Amino acid sequence: MSDDSARPSETEAPESATAAVIDAARRSDLGLILGTLLAVYLVAALLTFTDGLNSVVGLMRTLTFLGLVYALAALALNLQWGYAGLFNIGVAGFMALGVYTMGIVVRSPDPAFGPPGFGLPLPVGILAGMLVAAVVGLLAALPALRLKADYLAIVTLGISEIIRLFLQSSAFDTYLRDTLGVGTGGGSGMGMPRNPVRELFLVDGQANTPTALGDFAFGTFGESGLGISNTILIDWAYIAVLAGVVIAFFVLLERLGRSPFGRTLKAIREDELVADSLGKNVDLIKIKVFVIGCALMGLAGILWFGSQGNVSPTPQFMPVLTFYVFIAVIIGGSGSNAGAVLGGIVFATVLFEGPRRVGASLRDVIDAETPPSFADAVATLDPTAFLAFATDNIAPLQFVFLGLILVFIMHRRPDGILGDRIETAAAVDLSERPSGGETDE
Amino acid sequence: MGTTESSIVDSARARPGLLLVVLLGGLLLVDLAAKLAGLSLGPLGGSVSVDRLGSNLWNGVIIGLVVGLAGIGLSMTYSILSFANFSHGDLLSTGAFTGWGVAFLIAGFGDIPVRTLLSVRDAGSASAGDIGAHIVSTPIAILVGLLAAFAITAVVALALDRAFYKPMRDRDGISILIASIGAALIVRYVIQFVYGSDRRGVTASVDASNLAFGPLGLSVNAHELTIVVAAAGLMLAMHFMLQRTKLGTAMRAMADNKDLALVTGIPAERVVTATWIIGGGLAGASGYLYVLLRGTIQFDFGWLLLLLIFAAVILGGIGSVYGAIAGGLVIGIVFTTSTIWIPSDFNEAAAFAVMITMLLLRPEGLFGGVSTA
Repeated sequence: MSDDSARPSETEAPESATAAVIDAARRSDLGLILGTLLAVYLVAALLTFTDGLNSVVGLMRTLTFLGLVYALAALALNLQWGYAGLFNIGVAGFMALGVYTMGIVVRSPDPAFGPPGFGLPLPVGILAGMLVAAVVGLLAALPALRLKADYLAIVTLGISEIIRLFLQSSAFDTYLRDTLGVGTGGGSGMGMPRNPVRELFLVDGQANTPTALGDFAFGTFGESGLGISNTILIDWAYIAVLAGVVIAFFVLLERLGRSPFGRTLKAIREDELVADSLGKNVDLIKIKVFVIGCALMGLAGILWFGSQGNVSPTPQFMPVLTFYVFIAVIIGGSGSNAGAVLGGIVFATVLFEGPRRVGASLRDVIDAETPPSFADAVATLDPTAFLAFATDNIAPLQFVFLGLILVFIMHRRPDGILGDRIETAAAVDLSERPSGGETDE
Repeated sequence: MGTTESSIVDSARARPGLLLVVLLGGLLLVDLAAKLAGLSLGPLGGSVSVDRLGSNLWNGVIIGLVVGLAGIGLSMTYSILSFANFSHGDLLSTGAFTGWGVAFLIAGFGDIPVRTLLSVRDAGSASAGDIGAHIVSTPIAILVGLLAAFAITAVVALALDRAFYKPMRDRDGISILIASIGAALIVRYVIQFVYGSDRRGVTASVDASNLAFGPLGLSVNAHELTIVVAAAGLMLAMHFMLQRTKLGTAMRAMADNKDLALVTGIPAERVVTATWIIGGGLAGASGYLYVLLRGTIQFDFGWLLLLLIFAAVILGGIGSVYGAIAGGLVIGIVFTTSTIWIPSDFNEAAAFAVMITMLLLRPEGLFGGVSTA
């Protein structure tokens, strides 16, 4: 992770101590990611410390969960877009495929509990989810990769919407029930299988029967110890699993990036024609990357939405989800895995959850009744009433803010926060000149 | 005769996908004929009344005209500025909300508070019936609303261009595409902030606004007729602008070959400005007409229509205005007639599938190669 440390621009003496710290953090991706996470925790603690430890830990849990799942999805997208330049805006569709397949494979065959499934073990379901996402990715990639980037974008968006419309449709649900004996639940969605992490702490997932581990954890940190609620503790255990998956994803993608296959990928990204002329099978490599990326998106969908109790096609898998993941990748700088993780965390915490929390806190401070509509707020000619309306309707403003950030990044920093750390396609560091070599003259 | 046959066989061999599509299309036509005749040939056939087919086609034409009208602007910006504008759908919403605000202001002025009228019933408690906007009872309000939708959306489109796209003129298409996603978010959620998020009725109902056409069994209402007249009028105006004016010639030249157009001294920025004004204005007008057709309005309806508009533009061939209109009609008819074969849950999916098939088999579109601007 420190192979950029020898870059000449970064060896200049920093101007101050803070600059030195920032400089050091910039040089180490891990340091930067952990530093960002710490800063987020600090702000979260400041926002909620008056409500006690339980709310502090609870908010941190929400932020960490979102940060990690966005990091996961951003890593998968970064493989396709950052490494191979495949502009896939069907992320939401492939995530939906993963989590729905998992649900159908694992759910009980008894139709008394909602849409029936095959009743197979969870690992089979996860593998099946990844497989189905990969197969649909392959079917989409085979013809579509010949297209120009913006056509590919429209095709993948269309595919993602077709997937969503199918999952939404009650006719498709009925058809599946009649032929395979399984269902999607249509517009009302389906419940997800129980999270195995929960069963580590609770026998059969029942709230009042803790296991030995559960007894220990709840006794030390829980209501009888530090006063953190059991649900939050179990969620943190799941977050630990997620963090493990993100690290495994990251290592896998980094190794992939440094393998001969990864170097070819970067070569294709830099100049497809050259890679082609050098005898690389560009189409095959693109298809492989697209399929791997789709499988990883399926897994990200499973780990993200599969842990949320219930999934439904609308609004969870609307195209806007894809754009969130894109914003995460763009913030981090496409082409950098560390950037994708950082972008996921920054997007989920600062851009996605941040404005809501800040807006809610501000609303509590403002002492005015909320006008029922924008027109009424304007008609009062009272800035306080208008502010009350704005903070109460922070959700649309947050999206406006996201849009502004996106445009700003495209204008000023098209390479993202970490985008200046372009990973070289060569196996050796070309910026390091061998010393003591011959001179030209 | 022999040569023709072998050339058909050859081209079928070279384009197996095309052959498949032709076969499928033929099968559907045979099936439709069997359905109309009331015959059953194995899995084919069944029964569909002529009336149902007629009303499906008519509804398809109306939706197609609205989508095609919106597609003109998307196609023009796509070819002249070389990027897929993802904020185009939200221009439809802009036109619809601002246009209907003005139409309401004229229709209900004096009886109902101005804030209720301008916010398209977000504020206050007046119902759509109280305001009474309808082409039969308040034709002036509806027409002025249409003009306002055109004008205000043109200004908004131009402002978006100056703020977001102009600084990026020389960048690649994907970067501008991403910026346009940002612009789309901004426009959509400013609309939600100002006009609220709930779906609400807009048009009043007026008795005797249905005009029946006896022989075809069609029932055409006054709003549908308004849409056909307005959309066809705007398309004709567009046609004369492109063919008869200097600006139109310059636009066609820019769309056809930008470098050549620049070399011949066409003022590029002025053409771009005109493109945004016309394309944005037509988008706003079509959003306004779409609300007239549906009778309800919601802050994200334009965004939800965007993929259909893309489908129309791609079908007709990017850069072709006439292609966008034709593509819109095809998409509209696919949208409504597909319900003969598949459940109505999938009619949108069918339209997207047609678009994807077109992109895979003939990315240049139906009118590809014939750049008419």
